[in-house]
Amino acid sequence: MARTRLAEGTVIDGFTIGRLLHTGGMALLWQVTHPDHALPLVMKVPRLAEGEDPAAIVSFEMEQMILPRLSGPHVPRFVASGGFDVQPYLVMERVPGASLLPDSEAAPLPPGRVAELGAMAAEALDSLHRQHVVHLDVKPANILLRDADSAVLVDFGLSHHTELPDLMGEEFRLPYGSAPYMAPEQVMGIRSEARSDVFALGAMLYMLATGRTPFGDPQRIGALRKRLWWDPPPPRELRPECPEWLQEVILRCLEVQPERRYPTAAQLAFDLRHPDQVALTARARKLRRDGWATTMRRRFHPDHQPRFGRSAGAVAGIAGAPIIVVAVDVTDQEGALGRALRSTLHNILATLPGARIACLNVLRHNLISLDSTLDSQGQNKHVQRLVELQHWAAPLKLPEGRITFHVLEAVSPAAAILDYARLNRVDHIVLGARTASFKRKMLGSVSGEVAAEAPCNVTVVRIRDQAET
Amino acid sequence: MRIAILSDIHANREAFEACLTDAARQGAQRFVLLGDLVGYGADPGWVLSRAQEMAAQGAVLIRGNHDEAAADVHNGMTANAAAAMDWTRSVLTEAERDFLHLLPMEVAEEDRLYVHADASAPTRWLYVRDAEEARRSLEGTTARVVISGHVHVPAIFGLTASAQLVIFRPVAEAPVPLTRPRRWLAVVGSVGQPRDGNPAAAWSLLETEAQTLTIHRVPYDIDAAAAKIRAAGLPEALAARLHHGL
Repeated sequence: MARTRLAEGTVIDGFTIGRLLHTGGMALLWQVTHPDHALPLVMKVPRLAEGEDPAAIVSFEMEQMILPRLSGPHVPRFVASGGFDVQPYLVMERVPGASLLPDSEAAPLPPGRVAELGAMAAEALDSLHRQHVVHLDVKPANILLRDADSAVLVDFGLSHHTELPDLMGEEFRLPYGSAPYMAPEQVMGIRSEARSDVFALGAMLYMLATGRTPFGDPQRIGALRKRLWWDPPPPRELRPECPEWLQEVILRCLEVQPERRYPTAAQLAFDLRHPDQVALTARARKLRRDGWATTMRRRFHPDHQPRFGRSAGAVAGIAGAPIIVVAVDVTDQEGALGRALRSTLHNILATLPGARIACLNVLRHNLISLDSTLDSQGQNKHVQRLVELQHWAAPLKLPEGRITFHVLEAVSPAAAILDYARLNRVDHIVLGARTASFKRKMLGSVSGEVAAEAPCNVTVVRIRDQAET
Repeated sequence: MRIAILSDIHANREAFEACLTDAARQGAQRFVLLGDLVGYGADPGWVLSRAQEMAAQGAVLIRGNHDEAAADVHNGMTANAAAAMDWTRSVLTEAERDFLHLLPMEVAEEDRLYVHADASAPTRWLYVRDAEEARRSLEGTTARVVISGHVHVPAIFGLTASAQLVIFRPVAEAPVPLTRPRRWLAVVGSVGQPRDGNPAAAWSLLETEAQTLTIHRVPYDIDAAAAKIRAAGLPEALAARLHHGL
């Protein structure tokens, strides 16, 4: 194979090589320009010299397969790729922002900032998982900030695409990934588990909250396996100022068994965006590592050792664990529509054990009095609505942690529900439609507007009008 | 170039027609019929004459074990297959049987090899079902990409730099890159008698510029194909299995 020696000024397929931006373990990153592309670009070139890790080639080929199949704001835009006959390369958008490395160096960060960065990273992961990809190398260096509220995942060289042959999986016996953040099942060679990314993100949140990684940086397989039985010190032991909800979130991500973690990155993002709604368990209150006997039991007792299933799959997980919004008109909650709405929700939940419900009510603002500060009556109204929502949902008998309650204040109920659905990556909205009434004629149909504009599924529950049957 | 690959048609006219319609809709410019035009199904004459028309227009035809058996002795066939084969021979003309007998065992095109079964010994009709069998097949040839059938269950095997093999079950309609310079072996599914639990007919589209292979699954009138098998007095199991794709 004839190889071009890359240097500033070299032209490959119309791309002019600029500055060398980064020298990584497996690849080099060059700034490049092209007359047809105004976008700032980078070219990634694998290290292929004799004696280099053969994983570099395969990892590069995987990224060449995966990146062109990805889209959306949470991945760098793919521009071009070149084969191995002359010079292998991959050209993509140069994401403007910095990575989270400076943040991790500045850690511990304030809890609010940890949650904000974590939510952005979780939302990016959710987008990736929905495109059939498990990243498998989530760490501060691979998360870039596109702007103040959106993150971009980079480096898909270790990733697994459920619809593509996995060359990394079979070729290398040793698990590849970044030791401080790698999930236990990934250490054991499983590459199809989307919740491995949730674990890695949890390890990163731990690091951002405490200033240290939960498992150090082990370099040998035996030391890597320690995370299957050894629990890291709870963040609040290291940082007493770490709030209980943040520790709850972090330790749930770091559960050894994937089934005990957040079922999806979207649900993790939801908790990080709503700290006051995080259901606290024993994880939140833990202040010490587990005792010696418990740890040894996990290490040596066959019944206490984790078992990992082979194929949960990135997509299957999301389909079984959606975020469902139910918009409840509490003024009519025990009427026929309130009961029909609850019964529909009950049927949906019966098939989706991982589903999580956000119960919404919209408190209408009067446009004119929008800027008036809430008086005591207004406050009471808000609390009263919350209580009513909880009362409506009680017959569903959902455990805390699967259901949350939110009163939104807005001029337009439909717009408020739609905004909420977009921000929280909601998969399904369930709401009732009033039968023809004077009120609907005057105000327009909320359900109609939501159904037309929603970014997800919408179920409209309607009571059959007896006069028309 | 968009190349449609159809294997193991097995005298199933309904499935064959459904796949050809779908391939035309997907813009196929060239056709490869990868063997086993006949056997099991009840329309050998129609399938064969359609294949001959396609060959006259430049399609590549490869010999399968059932094509060979139609003209010759049928060694090592199951009872049902042998019964169907006796019937098939009785309904084909001598010229048709000769045509099947003279089909090539393999055809090489650019860096690809089309062959019905194991490329290392095409006349032995060995199955390529797992990584070891795929290694045997790939090591028996110098082609970068081997495309074969015979198994009736789609699979794609990649031979990596360190000589490990990856088996991958392709997802229907999702293009799989057969990246250069890596070597690949693709076992395409069956048009006329799928056995992967999905009764829909399978055909594959190879796109040479992008170097991708996509398995397409097409629903077809299974009731009609099964009814003809029964009407011809062929074993009931050959009709029933079409509904289950097993």
